[in-house]
Amino acid sequence: MKEVELKMLERAKALLESGEVARVIGWKKGEFFYDPSPASFETVEELDGFVYNWFCGANLSKYLIEMSKKEGKTAVFLKPCDTYSFNQLVKEHRIKRENVYVIAVECLGKLDIEKIKAKGISLIENVEVVDKEVKVTSAYGVDTLAKPEVVLSKCAACTKTHQVKDEEIILHETPARDVDRFEEVKKLEAMTEEERFAFWREQLSKCIRCNACRNVCPACSCVKCVFDNPNSGIAAKANDDKFEEQLFHIIRAFHVAGRCTDCGECSRVCPQNIPLHLLNRKFIKDIDNLYGEYQAGETDEGKTPLTSYTEGDTEPNDVFNGEAK
Amino acid sequence: MQDVTTEKKEFTPNIVAFCCNWCSYAGADLAGSSRLSYPANVKIIRVPCSCRVNPMFVLKAFQQGADGVILCGCHPGDCHYVTGNYYTRRRMALLYSFLNYMGIEKERTRLEWVSAAEGVRFSAVMNDFVKTVTELGENKRLTDLRVKEGE
Amino acid sequence: MLKIAKERLNELYAKIDETMGLFLPIKRAGEVNFAVWGAGKEVSLETLKTVKSPKNAFFPQTENMMKFKTEGKNIEVIDIREKLSEKIEERPFVMFGVKACDYKAIEVLDKVFLADPVDTYYQMRRNAATIVTLACSKPEESCFCKAFGIDATAAYGDVTTWLDNDNLYWQANTEKGEALTALVQELFEEGGAEEVAAQQEATKTIIDKLPFSNLDLSRFQPENLNELFDDKAWEEMSEACLGCGTCTFVCPTCQCFDIRDFKTNEGVVRYRCWDSCMYSDFTLMAHGNSRTTQMQRFRQRFMHKLVYYPSQNDGLYSCVGCGRCVNKCPQHLNIVKVIKTLGGKNND
Repeated sequence: MKEVELKMLERAKALLESGEVARVIGWKKGEFFYDPSPASFETVEELDGFVYNWFCGANLSKYLIEMSKKEGKTAVFLKPCDTYSFNQLVKEHRIKRENVYVIAVECLGKLDIEKIKAKGISLIENVEVVDKEVKVTSAYGVDTLAKPEVVLSKCAACTKTHQVKDEEIILHETPARDVDRFEEVKKLEAMTEEERFAFWREQLSKCIRCNACRNVCPACSCVKCVFDNPNSGIAAKANDDKFEEQLFHIIRAFHVAGRCTDCGECSRVCPQNIPLHLLNRKFIKDIDNLYGEYQAGETDEGKTPLTSYTEGDTEPNDVFNGEAK
Repeated sequence: MQDVTTEKKEFTPNIVAFCCNWCSYAGADLAGSSRLSYPANVKIIRVPCSCRVNPMFVLKAFQQGADGVILCGCHPGDCHYVTGNYYTRRRMALLYSFLNYMGIEKERTRLEWVSAAEGVRFSAVMNDFVKTVTELGENKRLTDLRVKEGE
Repeated sequence: MLKIAKERLNELYAKIDETMGLFLPIKRAGEVNFAVWGAGKEVSLETLKTVKSPKNAFFPQTENMMKFKTEGKNIEVIDIREKLSEKIEERPFVMFGVKACDYKAIEVLDKVFLADPVDTYYQMRRNAATIVTLACSKPEESCFCKAFGIDATAAYGDVTTWLDNDNLYWQANTEKGEALTALVQELFEEGGAEEVAAQQEATKTIIDKLPFSNLDLSRFQPENLNELFDDKAWEEMSEACLGCGTCTFVCPTCQCFDIRDFKTNEGVVRYRCWDSCMYSDFTLMAHGNSRTTQMQRFRQRFMHKLVYYPSQNDGLYSCVGCGRCVNKCPQHLNIVKVIKTLGGKNND
């Protein structure tokens, strides 16, 4: 990862020095090595704080909505999953494509510091990744963890490869992986209605309505969200756990159905670790089953499943559990 | 003091039916003028096209105390606006499947195509839906307790 | 000093539960938050930081304030406080396992809600509560209570407890604490002073080494208000802010709320719910919003914690260094970065 970071830094410097771009969006070092924040760099000096490591899980594509409106070109580093969100935003005319210079970067799955800490490790000093093992050095010694156990949930079932067609450089093409991202959705589908209800009740009762899932979501790019609009009739900040959470999460998942690229940011940012990606994946799975395989963000043009139809579509009364009768 | 011998009130479900102006609402009209009956607890909401029904409407109906929601529109191919109901079909297929994924009973949601000439069918559909929901009982999973405060 | 073996804690909970409500850190669906104890609940005293802070028990995220009933042309206003106070007085409650930082945060809230005009809803719950604090023994790198003069190992609250691998140690500090002790005394035995002292010392050694323990707050004074407000660094610091409310909702001292109406079948319920200064509709007025950019909202939050609040409360900061925002901000922005950026060179 260090090698990739150096290459990225080199590219960022060159682009800023030549004046080809006015700014570069990447990650800035935080207080620790595991808490980098998204940031824009406008001068070579600012790049001192630039970092790219195993904890750069944030998807930078949504920042381009504002950045691409600014004067001059913006260079951005996108991981494979981020390129789908980028395409989708270009398709929806939310990003000015001509103002963006995309640099696709290697990912290999980012780590979740909360999962590492949940193993009972604190005062962490360093984390090293060797193949499928994660070595964590802390004040209490060295722990070796299995990588799949401590990656971000969005990375656990990632099948994504770079999708930006005319990017200028690629740093290490990420190989496609063969995993079933619908595994957890299938498990839920196999439950009874009661069990599913109990599962979601339990999960959604944790929701604190902080809106982090919405605000981080690249597909949630409305200028004014219906839940923030006092005139919409459904604006609510209450976390009434009987209904409001269901309403909020159902509507949110539906609103991004067919546009959600499954980037998994919603689950990454949830302070209560609600598996929100399982809501979106249900829609993706149903769309795949009913209307043919569709991956949002694979291209930056074309229609989405909910803005098209065929005359022989399945009837709504026949589609429970994602399978046409 | 309350009479302890009073029998428990029989459950009559609240049903919300979204009907498109051009076919299904006219179908309901025909059912009425043909003196066909359908239960009085079906509350019809007229919409210009079944495609007008935002998933939020369905959820809002449940929040406000509906025990079942049915959506009626023109038969596919007969939409007054040519293609509206095709979009409805995809939307509701995904929504109903999703609600069931959240654990909401699948019998609570339904979509039927009813033309302006199908008064008999309208009556039959409504009777059947009310019967199904009555058997299912009260909606407890997707409702807002605050609404029913004081009941 | 009293002690009880760790295995017998369930007996202690059951005993308290006989006559009082009992809130403590409970794991549900993988996350630990303060919740009402009951049989079969998974208690997790070992958890350093609950996701939500205990403020929820005094200042619930959503709470009804009054009701309006309409009949014909008449509107009846129903004051629900009488019923509420009956309910609360009938069963006072114990907040068990509150950390020193969160206890200090309650003091911060008291200054807001118990100052004139008194918030009666908050007051009712506050009066009914006996707070049992739990000293920290395994602080982590995101903790910085020391910077705010809090000693995570010391005795705060009505009762203070210390937990080690074998026992829970118990010491009453106030009258309320004595009353609670009398209720559960039969389960305890004498002893533990040495163990507690040893643990306190060990913990303090860790705290002294924590990276944020020595943050310098001296620049955050009312006289520097304008200078801090106009600092160019806000723009850069807030750049990645999503405008979500995570930091405000996990914060133990954030106290802003919104009041809204909800239509029920027979009238209207007026309720309040937590609000966040990070939201675009926060303090929305008829003319629009007073803060139109995310930078302004971001600045508001930290200026309030570090400058505005202390200027009205004898220099008491409305941050207690619990570090929840450090852990939970989706993009890793937090008050530590603000203090380091604006706090002068002692923080380098």
